[in-house]
Amino acid sequence: MKIDTLTHSIGEWLRGTGPESDIVMSSRVRLARNVANYPFVSRASEQDRLEVEKMLRDRIATVPVGRALEYIDVGHLQEVDRQLLVERQLISREHAEAQGARGVAIDVMEQVSLMINEEDHLRIQCMHSGLDLLGAWEQIKVVDDQIEKIVPYAFHPRFGYLTACPTNVGTGIRVSVMLHLPGLVITRQIDKVFRSLHKISLAVRGLYGEGSQAMGDFYQISNQTTLGRTEEELVQQVGDVVPVIIDYERRAREFLVRETQQNVHDQVSRAYGILRTAQTISAEETMQLLSRVRMGVLLGLIGDVKIADINALLVRTQPAHLQKLRGVELDTNDRNIERARYLRQYFEEGDAGNRSSVN
Amino acid sequence: MKCQQCDKQAVFHITELEAGAVRELHLCEDHARTYLNQSEGGGGGAPDEEGKPKAGGLAGALDVGQTADELAILDQRACDHCGITFFEFRNQGRLGCPHDYVQFEKELEPLIANIHGMIEHTGRRPSRGASAGSAGAEGAAAAAALPEGTDELTGVICLRREMKEAISREDYEKASEHRDSIKAIEERWIPPLHKEG
Repeated sequence: MKIDTLTHSIGEWLRGTGPESDIVMSSRVRLARNVANYPFVSRASEQDRLEVEKMLRDRIATVPVGRALEYIDVGHLQEVDRQLLVERQLISREHAEAQGARGVAIDVMEQVSLMINEEDHLRIQCMHSGLDLLGAWEQIKVVDDQIEKIVPYAFHPRFGYLTACPTNVGTGIRVSVMLHLPGLVITRQIDKVFRSLHKISLAVRGLYGEGSQAMGDFYQISNQTTLGRTEEELVQQVGDVVPVIIDYERRAREFLVRETQQNVHDQVSRAYGILRTAQTISAEETMQLLSRVRMGVLLGLIGDVKIADINALLVRTQPAHLQKLRGVELDTNDRNIERARYLRQYFEEGDAGNRSSVN
Repeated sequence: MKCQQCDKQAVFHITELEAGAVRELHLCEDHARTYLNQSEGGGGGAPDEEGKPKAGGLAGALDVGQTADELAILDQRACDHCGITFFEFRNQGRLGCPHDYVQFEKELEPLIANIHGMIEHTGRRPSRGASAGSAGAEGAAAAAALPEGTDELTGVICLRREMKEAISREDYEKASEHRDSIKAIEERWIPPLHKEG
């Protein structure tokens, strides 16, 4: 079954390839769309939602996205499976927690995902590894065009594509990059960077959006406004700022190595040591330590770990993945013990990237 | 980072845009909730995960230039199609259907300007109906801006509601009339599905 296959792969955004992938984890573009002949999801009756889901599901199935699309009926999934899709960034937390008929179509590479009955009838998402906003935009444009031929989108001559929330109206586009910025966090420059981003109306969020700010120095930067500028301009607005932040982060890392090498080496080694020996560990701490080890590997302070392995661990140590890998439901305490066990095993077996369970 | 109002970790990072000035808030979950729930008082809205203001902040943005009386009258108004009242929209921060943007166009305009700084979409447009140009280049461009069949299609939302009402008062004749109209409109404007290969 699809969900179980997912557990053992690592997905597009953690592939750890693509331009600037030492800092840019992934590039993502999403479009919010609604069909013209139904109320928006929050005002739709159960029957409306069923009809919208069926209509979009049937139609999306005929759209050539280049690869096979698999449809998952999210409304009938168990909680742990919904959570797994959230951890994979294939559906939003809101979509996982919502009620009623809803689903998601995912391509086998996990680059394209189409959420049905999230806040809007349709949310199309394209995600590419590393810094590749243009690639993601070109891909999503084709998918959107194909769907547009067979689905009557709600559109207003002045306000553009109509969305349930006026903050998404117009292009309905959200362009975002996920960055790993431990250097800026350690050198305490991260707030300064965020302040300047806010000034040019870009939003900054944690790995999984709100409430996840503290998770391992990973940040998402995205456009705040969606109307009055073309999609290309909005893609460029985010795209323009990324090289600047990459440059800051690189300089911060160089500074750390130059000025405080012993200190940084110590921090990174301790993080590595805890991950290899802990007997119980929370998801948050794991994320934080993996973040430091990731930086250590990139700075050449730790030699025998691969970035792809760290990326895989980032997702596999999260609650739903851990439970799916183990094959049983676990409460928080047991998860912490299982997580520590999983990490110890992963590192003990050495070259983890070559194990057959890792693709 | 610590919450600006207590010692807990700040997990909400809010940027308020007020008359061009930027105000930043870093709050823990509890204080953020309190802040976001302050109805009417908020400024331009507080972005959450997807950058959309919470209901309270969103409603706050509507207060500009409106007296309490005007707002009370506006609150009563409802969409002809989906029936959502302006009050419900202000409370939930979510609109009810595409027609709301037509029905409440004037009221939404300042809100949209507040959020986006602009009110005219300049991006992509649906290609359906775009070639249906009449005489006059300018006129054709404007006509093409609204995809063919849009009004009829959003009208279906209203018809479906009326059909339900007819059923509940046991007026089955009327209900089946509505059902036929819905079917006709959808067949006219939604292309049939022909499966590939």
